[in-house]
Amino acid sequence: MAFLRKIQRSDFVYYFFRDPIAYISFGILLVLFVGAFAAPLIAPHNPYDPTTIDIMDSELPPVWASEGSARFLLGTDDMGRDMLSTMLYGMRISILIGLGAVLLQATIGIVVGLLSGYIKKLDAILMRIADVQLSFSTYMIAIFIGATFQMMFGVANYEKIAAPLLILIIGLAEWPQYARTVRASVLAERRKEYIEAARIIGLSRLRIMWRHILPNTLSPVLVISTVQVANAIMSEAALSFLGLGMPQNKPSLGSLITSGFEYIFSGTWWITIFPGILLVVLILVINLLGDWIRDYLNPKLYKG
Amino acid sequence: MDPLILVSIRNLVKRFDITGGWLDQFRFSGGKISKERTVVRAVNGVSIDVAQGETVSVVGESGCGKSTLARTVMGLYPPEEGEVYYKNDRIDNLSEARRQPFRAHMQMVFQDPYASLNPRMTLGKILKEPICFHQPKLGKVAVAEKVALVMEQVGIDPDWHTRYSHELSGGQRQRISIARALTVEPDFIVADEPIAALDVSIQAQILNLMMDLQEQNNLTYLFISHDLSVVEHISKRVAVMYLGSMCELAQAKELFQRPRHPYTQALLSAIPQLGKAASHEKLTGDVPSPISLPSGCVFHTRCRHTNDRCRQEIPQLIDVEGGTQVACHGVEEGRL
Repeated sequence: MAFLRKIQRSDFVYYFFRDPIAYISFGILLVLFVGAFAAPLIAPHNPYDPTTIDIMDSELPPVWASEGSARFLLGTDDMGRDMLSTMLYGMRISILIGLGAVLLQATIGIVVGLLSGYIKKLDAILMRIADVQLSFSTYMIAIFIGATFQMMFGVANYEKIAAPLLILIIGLAEWPQYARTVRASVLAERRKEYIEAARIIGLSRLRIMWRHILPNTLSPVLVISTVQVANAIMSEAALSFLGLGMPQNKPSLGSLITSGFEYIFSGTWWITIFPGILLVVLILVINLLGDWIRDYLNPKLYKG
Repeated sequence: MDPLILVSIRNLVKRFDITGGWLDQFRFSGGKISKERTVVRAVNGVSIDVAQGETVSVVGESGCGKSTLARTVMGLYPPEEGEVYYKNDRIDNLSEARRQPFRAHMQMVFQDPYASLNPRMTLGKILKEPICFHQPKLGKVAVAEKVALVMEQVGIDPDWHTRYSHELSGGQRQRISIARALTVEPDFIVADEPIAALDVSIQAQILNLMMDLQEQNNLTYLFISHDLSVVEHISKRVAVMYLGSMCELAQAKELFQRPRHPYTQALLSAIPQLGKAASHEKLTGDVPSPISLPSGCVFHTRCRHTNDRCRQEIPQLIDVEGGTQVACHGVEEGRL
């Protein structure tokens, strides 16, 4: 109880509820997350179960259109899957890939950033590697790795490993963002006297980096993490759109948009538009929340 | 070595390379590319013996290398030349692991109480860490007791161990900083301008605390300061530094009554005094850059008594009466 009261009285909660953008975005994000992760419970159909899919239902428009069916609220796609259910399942995959990729980016980036910020000898080499990585476009690296793996495993096997592979690809493509941010904070922190005090106690470098420097560099990491989750979801959608992402029978939001793209000019607009809107809303609320957290953590901005 | 000497600093030299990256080393001049490094000579051959239980102060203006001296003695910077001894053991060239036992004997208190405590750790954690590190066998209860004892010693309520440093005032933080140094029961403490960042009324409290602790725990201080009245109050001996070199080392009383070195004289005349007409001895010019030190005596560019010998020959510390050591050709020749 005391803990709950402490949270209730904290600045964070106070400022959070004073800012409509913050709590509205958070509310929408919460709804989307619950919808995505509770999809097996709340979705009207199971798009992964081929026995429930009837090809005769394909390309049905949303329920409010004249040819719409009450069984399919947002219509069906070209294979007869219920759009709403497929989108919820797809969003779950998108979010999982986004979070997983960010976790990987953050792990690599924080380790590299700490090492290159605190140990001078490693700085030049690690940062040059990061520069090389940054000088290529993320998508180029992702397409390269993705295409290689698809050839290595064959399209059939590729479907099984697609999700972890996308996490790996997007994670490896964007770690320099983290490494640079962490390194910059480490360079600022290591000059401070509490680090010298820790050295005089005799603590090892590893312990100083982990226990003393890292906790003091985490607020920028938190901020870029929110933006990076949105970026990773976008990257996944873009790769899926290019045909290097999630396969059609386990679609993410990106692959749903692609699959509808072929039909958009024949009047079947809902297969592309609905997942598109969902993707935009998801990215938008994550970014808005990220902005808000950045403002909250930056004492120089006036919190009105 | 004299058994009463606790820490001995011998001809310590510390230089900093500020050339920057590998590419910055190359200079293009006169149609030729040459490789050249820019070196700041922060400390140039300083020797001090600190006896058990005494307070030796190092004074000098900003940038004269007193903080660098303190950090080099503590092993935060490796010295280029010279030696540091703790009792009979040379400690400046030890590996981190072999230096470990000496860490518990030598601790440091820092200048900025706002930067010297980790903002993400509670006071209890800050104080526990050194104890747990140096005495890993100690049980949880014993560690907590020790933390409480140390907090009590520095005049902070032990119940505050769950607080964070940002909840404390500058003076309270400095007390915690001192407490952190005391947790490992050191006998030598380097205090790098411990009161420079504090309010005047708090300065006195912290000074008195440090002097009380010295009595209770038989501590030895190397006290870095630029505040001469504080130095006169706290120290037994005083070393005056100018541009990385030591000008004068004397008993505190002797130094303040009879300064020998022209720089010490100028420094002391700058102390404002009540009721006296200003007899401020004004030095002309600026402190030369430690990147290109003047030849001979480092003070010759601003000294009124300069002659040719001062410009060419670096003066060594010589013993004069009253146990004072002075590095000045003028004093040696009897001109001053």
